[in-house]
Amino acid sequence: MLTENEKKELQAALKKYPNRRSAVMDALRIVQNGRGGHIVKEDMLEIASILEMQPAEVNAAATFYTMYNVNKPVGKHHIQVCRNISCSLMGAEHIIKHLERTLDIKTGQTTPDKKFTLSTVECLGSCATAPMMQINDDYYENLTDQKVDEILKNLK
Amino acid sequence: MESVLLKNIGKPDAHRIENYVRNGGYRALAAALKLAPEHIIQMVKDSGLRGRGGAGFSTGLKWSFIPKDPTVAKYLCCNADEGEPGTFKDRGIMDNDPHLLIEGMIISSYAIGASNAYIYIRGEFVFGARRLEAAIKEAYERGYLGGDILGSGFNLDMYVHRGFGAYICGEETALLESIEGYRAQPRKKPPFPALSGLYGKPTVINNVETLSCIPAIIEKGPEWFAGIGPAKSPGPKIYCVSGHVKKPGLYELAMGATARDIIFNHCGGMLRDDRALKAVIPGGVSAPLLTPKDLDTPLDFDSLAAKGSMLGSGAVIVMDSSTCMVKTAYIINRFFSHESCGKCTPCRDGTPWLTKILRRLEHGEGRAGDVEMLESLCDNIFGRTFCPLGDGAVMALRGALKNFREEFQYHVDHKRCMAC
Repeated sequence: MLTENEKKELQAALKKYPNRRSAVMDALRIVQNGRGGHIVKEDMLEIASILEMQPAEVNAAATFYTMYNVNKPVGKHHIQVCRNISCSLMGAEHIIKHLERTLDIKTGQTTPDKKFTLSTVECLGSCATAPMMQINDDYYENLTDQKVDEILKNLK
Repeated sequence: MESVLLKNIGKPDAHRIENYVRNGGYRALAAALKLAPEHIIQMVKDSGLRGRGGAGFSTGLKWSFIPKDPTVAKYLCCNADEGEPGTFKDRGIMDNDPHLLIEGMIISSYAIGASNAYIYIRGEFVFGARRLEAAIKEAYERGYLGGDILGSGFNLDMYVHRGFGAYICGEETALLESIEGYRAQPRKKPPFPALSGLYGKPTVINNVETLSCIPAIIEKGPEWFAGIGPAKSPGPKIYCVSGHVKKPGLYELAMGATARDIIFNHCGGMLRDDRALKAVIPGGVSAPLLTPKDLDTPLDFDSLAAKGSMLGSGAVIVMDSSTCMVKTAYIINRFFSHESCGKCTPCRDGTPWLTKILRRLEHGEGRAGDVEMLESLCDNIFGRTFCPLGDGAVMALRGALKNFREEFQYHVDHKRCMAC
């Protein structure tokens, strides 16, 4: 069930549009942010009923956009390393390997304590400060092994 | 050249409305609201401003296609789904000087008669979305948004719509689908958005940098704008420089700067002095690369088109002699394959096929005939897709094959790289 705060946030989102369906992306984001970073079927059913959509239509939107983690729990800190060209030229692969070694997981996995999930993503628009990564909402740029270690230490 | 797009970036708290106003902000809006909307459209036409999102279409002409009937609702959508790899100029504006974009959008909405405007910002730009939301709130509080703006009788509401991870939303009709709550797959054109766009209403979709040029055109006049850079694609341009240079970053220059000037004068030269320049992507990864012999080509719409490349988003990606072109092609193609929306077969099935071949070339598992197969696939994708995404994938790969074919063949013959 959506919490009162989530419902309030969704009502504010609905005010932006002339129809209810347009708020589906906001609704999914609100739910994902409030549920530890992923979305399950029950959430989508509830969104469908509030927005007067078919559940399949909500699912269709949720599974199209890559930032929705549908049925895919992520750790408390979701580390997303850019692997596109500008970051690759500046050593992104090395940073990814360093993170895999340090966290002792492969890309796409979550640490057993559910603290960290490691993903690779396409360009995040931070190309002059490559290599870079996003952890939850925040950007971390000009990465080196040492800088990555410090960032991880501060997140623990 | 006097900076107009990045002029406030770096000033303390440039994002706050009181500082924007103190630096001359919202003066252009006050001036514009005293002009007839048609007059503003004519000014933008006369300025020669061409869309900075990549297509380079005349902004004033685009606006002039909007029906004049005042009883029909109209929309302005700002395309802030900045996703072309190597591009970070729109983020620079939104994070640091959001009111520049908002002022440009209010003037543009007035010119086309829109009473609702959306900023479609990519989901990863959480900081930018919050900045914009806070700035919009400030603009309402000061009467620059809402009802009867500055006593002009003009009403405008502005909203932020957050994307959530899909490069295709930068395609304007996919962006509209996304705001309407659907999977972001491009629409058939015609009808063009100017007649039937968001919610079936006349809609203009402009890039962040394009809209951010508008206040300066009003304040300094279209002649000033048209006098900067080449006559056919004038104005200031933000070049986003990344890769192997000493000082990567955003550079606002007169349109038509050369790659040589950008790399060796503005960016301090190659990152490592012992490594020569090998290739430059001049306008985001869809743009075919340039080699050192083309370094004096002006980076503007027409000069790059004449060289078989394109200005695109103005993302200049610099690669030195240590760069493997097969790996580069693999990374770029993997991106297009990942971002294909799945609507049409040549792109949905063709881009992963290209990626599969490039991957095995890169991993020393190339087979005889692979290079020819890449070329054949390119021929079967290019011009046969629903939207330009598939074309972008092909243009990038063809550029690499044309200039560095021997490197691809070397990967086939020797199962390893000749560059790294």
